[in-house]
Amino acid sequence: MPEPRLPKPKPTPETQAYWDGARAGELRLQRCRACKRAYFPPRPFCPHCASRDVEVFRASGRATLYSYVIHHRESPGFTPPYAIAVVALEEGPRMMTNLVGVAQTPEALVLDMALEVEFQALDAEISLPLFRPTKASS
Amino acid sequence: MTRGSVAIVGAAETTELGVIPHLSQLGLHADAALNALADCGLSPSDIDGVATAGESPTAVAHYLGITPAWVDGTAVGGCSFMLHVRHAAAAIAQGLCKTVLITHGQSGRSRVGAGGFGFSASSLAGQFEAPYGVGGPPTLFTIPVLRFMKDFGLTHEQLAMVAVVQREWAARNPRAMHRDPITVEDVLASRLIAWPFHLLECCLVTDGGGALVLVSAERARDFPMKPVYVLGSGESVETPLVSQMEDFTTSRAFRVSGRMAFAEAGITHDDVDHLMIYDAFAHLPIYGLEDLGFVARGEAGKFIQERNTAPGGKLPLNTNGGGLSYTHTGMYGMFALQESVRQLRGTAPAQVPDVRISVAHGVGGMFAAAGTVVLANEAP
Repeated sequence: MPEPRLPKPKPTPETQAYWDGARAGELRLQRCRACKRAYFPPRPFCPHCASRDVEVFRASGRATLYSYVIHHRESPGFTPPYAIAVVALEEGPRMMTNLVGVAQTPEALVLDMALEVEFQALDAEISLPLFRPTKASS
Repeated sequence: MTRGSVAIVGAAETTELGVIPHLSQLGLHADAALNALADCGLSPSDIDGVATAGESPTAVAHYLGITPAWVDGTAVGGCSFMLHVRHAAAAIAQGLCKTVLITHGQSGRSRVGAGGFGFSASSLAGQFEAPYGVGGPPTLFTIPVLRFMKDFGLTHEQLAMVAVVQREWAARNPRAMHRDPITVEDVLASRLIAWPFHLLECCLVTDGGGALVLVSAERARDFPMKPVYVLGSGESVETPLVSQMEDFTTSRAFRVSGRMAFAEAGITHDDVDHLMIYDAFAHLPIYGLEDLGFVARGEAGKFIQERNTAPGGKLPLNTNGGGLSYTHTGMYGMFALQESVRQLRGTAPAQVPDVRISVAHGVGGMFAAAGTVVLANEAP
């Protein structure tokens, strides 16, 4: 495991299924059964149509790089420079993350590049979804 | 709709600005409030409405010896004061109170009596943004801009030019913290904070404050300074998580708030003589110019590069030097309003000729909130 990261997320009842999934190596999103749209962050109703008829499902883990910054200052648990990214998931929602398996430089980090999820355990309870470039992609 | 029925009659900043280690956050609120009251010849006992952010209205009212009949503690970040003006105008027009004091004070640099930063590990930000090494506004406010650059062709030089032009305005303002001229090359050679943002594209961190006094338009003529009428206003919020903005190239809150303010004021963009757009980072005037409709999508970078917002340009923007060069205590919106008032009174250090209508547009959080105020020095 890499150096400790701070601060560590603390799940709530509404987000527990997401963090359980991450611990099991699955990226779990939610989908509305009424309007069929996927959404994130987790909540027990649909943010698009307010239906409470929603389900948890395993996302593909495929994403593209939507935007990022490369932080050049110290932050607990991180060694600068490192990228803080927002990725667009195949299912539609976007999420913040870090990028692994790739140089943390503007040249290597090209917007819209294909990415896939992997998980990094912080401890026995919390694993974080991180993204790395898809091997077959250009 | 309260179009023009309420006016700003008192406006002032803290006596000092920049580095003020001998005053606490609450002390800065009070210093600004006493200066604004002196500006309009009132005392705390004349005030029956208090609005503020950062401190509670209770703390500010009690510290100054005010017994309010109306309070507003709306705190949505640096544009909260634009929302306070809007809410105060509605409250005065509705007869809920007669004389409203709006205060800002922040010990952003010296951190004297300042509130804490941070959020709970179980908040949405604590779960879904904080774990990724975010370092506050320099990493969060800035994260949309690479998408903007790719989709609309905004260049690094155009982004740097925002800081260059605002330094030109600051050079004309003795109270500005940074006044020495800079070039695009200087900006791009300054230290990287969070790629693509360099130090000179990020706001200052200072101590200071400001306050406003508002009354009905009928009473406004009885005060010593030229009244500044609230012609229109707007407000909105989008998301507390910048990663969840619906589009990284445009702010929904900016668009909603701006449209509302222009519609209420009954003005077009050509009517605007002077403009303030909250600039915590260099990309904000670019988003603001486009989302408020002053230029088409993708044109703001070129518009600034071609000196339209510079001294002598057709749309003077951030004429105090802005958050990049004048001052930035943390919640800068109050200073944008103060500069609009000065320009409309004709008392600004870098005075623009013949200003009749000024627009002050603020942002709160990381594109989380927006407030827009259209001000005029003639009653409608």
